[in-house]
Amino acid sequence: MSEMTEASVRAAVRVWLEANWTVDSGLIEWRNKLIDSGWGVPAWPEAWYGKALPAGLTAVVDEEFQRVGAVGVAKAGIRRLAAATLLAHGTQAQKQQFLRRSLSGEDTWCQLFSEPGSGSDLAGATTKAERKGNRWVVNGQKVWTTSAHHADWGLLLARTDFDVPKHQGLSYFIINMHQSGVDVHPLRQMNGHASFNQVFLTEAEVLPEHLVLDVGRGWAVATTTLMHERREADGVRAWGTASNRPGRIYDEERAENATVMEPYKWYPQRAGRVDLVIERAKAAGVNADPVIRQEIAKLLVLAKSAEWTARRARAAQMQGRPQGPEGSIGKLASSHVARAAARVHTSIAGADVMLMGEDGPMNGLIAEILISVPAGSIAGGTDEIQRNIISERVLEMPKEPRSDNDRPFRDVPKNLV
Amino acid sequence: MQFSFTAEQEEFRSNLRRFFDDKSPVSTVRRLMATETGWDRTAWQDLNRQLGLTAIHIPEAYGGQGFGFVELGIVLEEMGRALLCAPYFASTVLAATAIVNAGTEAQKRDLLPSIAEGTCIATLAFAEPNGRWDTTGVETMATAEGGRFRLNGVKSFVLDGHSADLVVVLARGQAGLSFFTVPGNAPGLTRRALKVLDPTRKQALLTFQSVEADLLGDEGGADKPFARTMIQAAACLANEMVGGAERLRQSALDYANLRVQFGRSIASFQSMKHKQADMLIDVELAKSAAYAAASAAAEDDPDLPAIASLAKAAASEAYMQTAINTIQIHGGIGFTWDNDTHLWFKRAKSSEVFLGDPAWHREKMMQLWNV
Repeated sequence: MSEMTEASVRAAVRVWLEANWTVDSGLIEWRNKLIDSGWGVPAWPEAWYGKALPAGLTAVVDEEFQRVGAVGVAKAGIRRLAAATLLAHGTQAQKQQFLRRSLSGEDTWCQLFSEPGSGSDLAGATTKAERKGNRWVVNGQKVWTTSAHHADWGLLLARTDFDVPKHQGLSYFIINMHQSGVDVHPLRQMNGHASFNQVFLTEAEVLPEHLVLDVGRGWAVATTTLMHERREADGVRAWGTASNRPGRIYDEERAENATVMEPYKWYPQRAGRVDLVIERAKAAGVNADPVIRQEIAKLLVLAKSAEWTARRARAAQMQGRPQGPEGSIGKLASSHVARAAARVHTSIAGADVMLMGEDGPMNGLIAEILISVPAGSIAGGTDEIQRNIISERVLEMPKEPRSDNDRPFRDVPKNLV
Repeated sequence: MQFSFTAEQEEFRSNLRRFFDDKSPVSTVRRLMATETGWDRTAWQDLNRQLGLTAIHIPEAYGGQGFGFVELGIVLEEMGRALLCAPYFASTVLAATAIVNAGTEAQKRDLLPSIAEGTCIATLAFAEPNGRWDTTGVETMATAEGGRFRLNGVKSFVLDGHSADLVVVLARGQAGLSFFTVPGNAPGLTRRALKVLDPTRKQALLTFQSVEADLLGDEGGADKPFARTMIQAAACLANEMVGGAERLRQSALDYANLRVQFGRSIASFQSMKHKQADMLIDVELAKSAAYAAASAAAEDDPDLPAIASLAKAAASEAYMQTAINTIQIHGGIGFTWDNDTHLWFKRAKSSEVFLGDPAWHREKMMQLWNV
């Protein structure tokens, strides 16, 4: 596009949607058309399905899609992270093979980063990838792998060299999940759901052309994936709601969504369900209790302040300005909100807190909040890691003294398991 | 609601910050806080003449600059940061806003230009020794006497009440609550400077003994404009408070980076890093609420009353918590008179309860949201 103003972008999207959007299309067929048009990922370069639109203008495209209810490219789940990572670091052949099918939703992905022995310290991964003949052969164990049981491909962080410092010995691969060396077991959580998996890799194979970037540069690639994960962390819930309109394409989108979003169905409860607090207090007849009123009010002050902080961060982003500290504190603020909400729900429910399922308040929903909230301050970077990030990157305070990156990884103390 | 500042507003802010850094360093704050008046008329008028701050949110028709509460919020945030000793909150925020809200057209034309110019220092006398922040605390009586009124009663917690040229008074008469104006030197008005916890913001006790007063606005019609003034003032105070909190947070960080114990910078200890991260969250969340309140006030958002209370509660908690942490991080030296932290600590404590404490504002917010 020669000139890109808000008005010209809006007009161009509108014209294209008017000529092409129809609810009678098949989901994959529509997405492929969208990918060809450049409006599916308008911020991407023109060589790869985009229009090189500045970040400030992509919201205009979203607005126009929402206005007519047009379905976008596949966004939910790990495939968006895979697409963003491969766009940044993939070879031509990798981009050719994976980008389109990830955007269209034909390929599904999972992320094989965390291990039983390395959670916060992801770079301490010990899963081993060795070059044997014309293959990479992988042995090890991954954990917290969402959607591994129906993923086609995995983003794999594995160690290719134990004799160099930890960050230098990692490589990043694309692994085919449909092979006998990949064994997926669901992991049951304290709230009874099994949204994640353990993945056992035993002599699993990776094609040489599926190494991303170079051997030993896996940490740089993983950082890109994690950056996109953090940036999009808030989006998961939004993607979770497919349109309830009638039409073939919506039916197909709902079916896709039901599968992809299944692991995330308790995530709203993990965030504390602040939205339920007032109606619950009224229903329980405790909304006149001055102590409970203060507790609820404190929660609302916190939740509103956090929401406005997120909007400040987004506003700065939209204006293309560098993000201030307000952009880095969202994850930690959400943990605070969730914990405060769980406390308030407890005060409101009283003795019923001890009950769950059909015996519990709201048919067990309140119990699900209470036993899901602890995940929020751990998943996607613990509160403690968030505080490290804020203090080191935003406040520029000194890094922790380390005893793991000045010696071969082989000599670094590790967990016994 | 506006969630970012325009480039012009950002520039305005950095100009103010430079100006206050230059004209109101801590040495000046310490000198002025030791005086009974608490501010210096000539210095304040010089400073104000260059920036026109007293005119900022007063409509142009009355000699003001006609900006809104977002710009006023920026001024207050920077003043709170600098702990500027000036009768600004009393005159511009409280008195001028009350006159704008309550006055007749003729009264606004008469009273506002000199306040906008900064030559007349006004204040608002509404609270009384009972310490209540709503109208239930108003016991000062107004009696009509041939077109004018006479006031009897005691007003307390009056910002700059002993040095103001003009006092706007809230009093109760036969028709209900009304606003009145009284010259600072009116016969029968006794003004005593109170011994205040926060010496950078002076307060006075005003005793009215049959003081002749002019009615401001409608007789018995002060309830609504007073409520509106308190809401707008709460939004303003929240912005002033987050400015002070940000300054303290930065000073705590600077000190942690300087201080060495056990052979390493105390900023390298994880307990310190995590505390600083938590302090950043406290301050940034409160800032978001304060900015939202200023924006809601500027747009006269129907939800402003609740948002202003929310912001006042958030700013009160954040400012006080930041002050407590800043002293703790400084250690022993933070408890000394020579260290500057206590100046902001005292402003935080005083502002925590001024215009209503956090619990009071939270309850107000809950009522406004029909809980």
